[in-house]
Amino acid sequence: MAKEQLMSYEDAIERFEVVIGLEVHVELNTVSKMFCGCANNFGSEPNTNVCPTCLGLPGSLPAVNRKAVESSIAIGLALDCQIASNGRFARKNYFYPDLAKNFQTSQFDEPIAFEGEISIELETGEVFMVPIERAHMEEDAGKLTHVGGATGRIQGAEYSLVDYNRAGVPLVEIVTKPIYGALDKAPELAATYVRAIRDIVKSMNVSDAKMERGNVRCDANVSLREKGAEKLGTRTETKNVNSLKSIENTVRYEIRRQAFILASGGKIIQETRHWHEDRGHTSAGRPKSDADDYRYFPEPDLVPVQPSQEWIEEIRQTLSEKPALRRKRLQAAWGFADLEFRDVLNSDLLDEIEATVSAGASPQSARKWWTGELARLANAQQVAVQDLPITPEQVASIQSLIDSGELTDRIARDVVAGVLAGEGEPAEVIESRGLKIVTDEGALIAAIDKALASQPDVMEKIRDGKLQAAGAVIGAVMQEMRGQADAARVRELILERAK
Amino acid sequence: MTEITSSSAAVLAGLISSKQVSSVEITTAFLDRLEKLNPKTNSYLYFNRENSLAQAKKADQQLADGTAVSPLHGVPIAVKDNLTTTDAPTTAGSKILEGWVPQYDATVVRKLREASMPILGKTNLDEFAMGSSTEFSAYGPSKNPWDLTRIPGGSGGGSSSAIAGHLAPLAIGSDTGGSIRFPAAMTGSVGAKPTYGAVSRYGLIALASSLDQIGPVTNSVMDAAMLQDVIAGHDPHDSTSLPDSLGSMVQSVKEADVKGLRVGVIRQLSSDGFQPGVKACFDDTIEKLAAAGAEIIEVDCPSFEYAVAAYYLILPAEASSNLAKFDSVRFGLRVTPEGNPTIEDVMAATREQGFGPEVKRRIILGTYALSSGYYDAYYGSAQKVRTLIQQDLAKAFTQADVLLTPTAPTTAFKIGEKVDDPLAMYLNDVATIPANLAGIPGISVPNGLASEDGLPSGVQILAPAMQDGQMYRVASIVEKLYTDQWGASLIARVPDLEAL
Repeated sequence: MAKEQLMSYEDAIERFEVVIGLEVHVELNTVSKMFCGCANNFGSEPNTNVCPTCLGLPGSLPAVNRKAVESSIAIGLALDCQIASNGRFARKNYFYPDLAKNFQTSQFDEPIAFEGEISIELETGEVFMVPIERAHMEEDAGKLTHVGGATGRIQGAEYSLVDYNRAGVPLVEIVTKPIYGALDKAPELAATYVRAIRDIVKSMNVSDAKMERGNVRCDANVSLREKGAEKLGTRTETKNVNSLKSIENTVRYEIRRQAFILASGGKIIQETRHWHEDRGHTSAGRPKSDADDYRYFPEPDLVPVQPSQEWIEEIRQTLSEKPALRRKRLQAAWGFADLEFRDVLNSDLLDEIEATVSAGASPQSARKWWTGELARLANAQQVAVQDLPITPEQVASIQSLIDSGELTDRIARDVVAGVLAGEGEPAEVIESRGLKIVTDEGALIAAIDKALASQPDVMEKIRDGKLQAAGAVIGAVMQEMRGQADAARVRELILERAK
Repeated sequence: MTEITSSSAAVLAGLISSKQVSSVEITTAFLDRLEKLNPKTNSYLYFNRENSLAQAKKADQQLADGTAVSPLHGVPIAVKDNLTTTDAPTTAGSKILEGWVPQYDATVVRKLREASMPILGKTNLDEFAMGSSTEFSAYGPSKNPWDLTRIPGGSGGGSSSAIAGHLAPLAIGSDTGGSIRFPAAMTGSVGAKPTYGAVSRYGLIALASSLDQIGPVTNSVMDAAMLQDVIAGHDPHDSTSLPDSLGSMVQSVKEADVKGLRVGVIRQLSSDGFQPGVKACFDDTIEKLAAAGAEIIEVDCPSFEYAVAAYYLILPAEASSNLAKFDSVRFGLRVTPEGNPTIEDVMAATREQGFGPEVKRRIILGTYALSSGYYDAYYGSAQKVRTLIQQDLAKAFTQADVLLTPTAPTTAFKIGEKVDDPLAMYLNDVATIPANLAGIPGISVPNGLASEDGLPSGVQILAPAMQDGQMYRVASIVEKLYTDQWGASLIARVPDLEAL
């Protein structure tokens, strides 16, 4: 496929106003599926978590999973939505082999949650209110694997396999209203918004929220209009964008692509598109016109979901702190500079640092461990720092030994290495590796005297005010003590001797 | 005809529980008869002597070991072939499901098994229960035991002809617009559609989900009441099933008393459009009730005029979606066209070949009615009519305890008479459809033979939602007025099938 022509991003922004709309699908982590008792479990053998209902066998009927409704209401409340007193399910009719019944049980004109908003803070500190149109419940489809053919797509495949384990997994689809006025920040806003949704559902523990597994997926709608124009431009919808970086890139690419077409007098085709991260562009999927007719009608096999006010309030009570508020609170409590804090957020280490601080470490020392030494070790081992086999409690206990002077920074790094190597708790590592520093000043003074004896001119220099000459002696002492001494204390002792 | 096969289920249940006759003996008697006569009536699409007898044997063993597990313990039963059974193929009368053996039992089937009632076989129906004659069954029409050239009603003509022909003492039907009650009227049997939600629909191959309801087809009101008591009750698999029990129907039948009863006659369903002999039978029923002391009140249900039209929008709309799953991917027929067909080609060819004409007609109607731009005018308006009908009925039930109508406009017509005239066919259900649209219970009880053709006529008794007990109570009163006059049930007068 020929590469499409693009306008430069700056020119596109200069000339057009960008309007975006985001649809985020959140897979809930309920024990069972949306409408049957089958396990909602990622990674099982294909077609093992199935029953007449999720296979759409003749005669089968759905029954709503109460926990999924609870999670959906919780998401709605977290997005400051109103909760419907009468949430009806509807059937969305279309034929596709991954859709067992050939209709998806979803919600149409009566979603469980509607009219909300969420504030999104960009890196510059600029805050956008993103208006939420609705959050509705629906079921996932099965998973198709196309076998044969080069692309893994249905075109050209010899045959296709269907795994219905995912069929009927509960989803909540969160739909924004059109977002105006983001200007050149539209791509960043899109990605930051999706991250915020991900953080919310993760902190509420209603979803595993792993984007790489598709627990959180985003469809990005983008349209452009001439500055000052009233009428919205024709939009495209890029489906299933599965990483934060891809969302930003998708929106940026669509802005540039559409701008080029519009500027050269062309028309945008209303269609669904796909993002190819490897090649850095979107490609056209099927045309999506208003002729797409899903023949929605109320699901006659289900009675409406009518959450009582008491139940909604009960759920509201259990809501955890909103991530944005939590971030603000922690930054203030820890006294981190903006840059330091951004570092923490970008490396997704808020939970670890908070736990380390709770275990007794100072915020700054906790931050230094996780974003410094531990991040470096993780990077070297090519694992996520969160996955290193060391707990915040262990980090805090090592730090407390530094604070009390029992470990030096350098020896502490050895202790960490021992913990990571599976040698046990910090105390055990110190014991087995013999890493306790020498605090017996008699031994230190003996070592200093020995070193001074072999470097007699050092004392002279120190007395002449050349304090840096002490360095050579410190080095020799540390070598003598096999590193297990506090270098600062050694230096003090040398200076005392020189008096 | 042996004495066993002409006995009511209540009598058979008594013989079994008192150990005078075994379930195996009774089941054998029916199997002998149906194996011999089913070729005449085409009531059953499937039966399996060994399997039925194994169930009967188990029922006898249970009884030998202890006591009866249900009031119908050991009494065999026929099941309409749109209910899933793990031990018998389930076709819904369609080629598209030919040979499919379900992986699960319908809740009603499970309850029959738990009640130790041997299943005799699966009965014929119009394809996916779409029709009122069984002529749209992909496996040929069933015949009416009163006259084998006539239809036994539909869609449940397999069950009604099995009851009238004494090929089963009890049968299960499903009623979306009259598929239990109309066939009952055509064959002189009793057929009840309980309140929507009284009986679980789990395992019933859906026609129109908001209208479908499973119910009994029997020889007598008491038999129907006994069977409803076995199959009714909340089911967590069916969200639309009622949470609370409606009580014992058998108890209601026993309490039958005409004193103080207010009987409503619906103006819109008591004059025009009925065969004179059917109308005469209905008038006779009303006179008998009045003579017995009931108060007769005429009630007005103006919206009934639109009931058939609304029904034929709501039903096809829901059916078009319910039947989408028949796509060859997971079960049933698969037709693979020549060449390199896409999945769409395979689905289309399968549906083209697997569905019959009435099913296609309704899928097209329903797809159209739900289409964007037409939804409000068709489906939306139909739902409004549905609400108006509910309001009419609610008002009528403030004036009367029950409402009576003739069950059907005519007696059984000839096979082939209406099969090419869908509108004429649809009008068969004019009196039964409102109960489905409103979710209320209705029962058809035989009320004589029409003078012009000597064929059975039925009277329909409607009660308010969840007052199934009231419906059975009045049905029992009506039944008794006739059996007192006839000295037996109408069905005792059915011609000897063996001689036909």
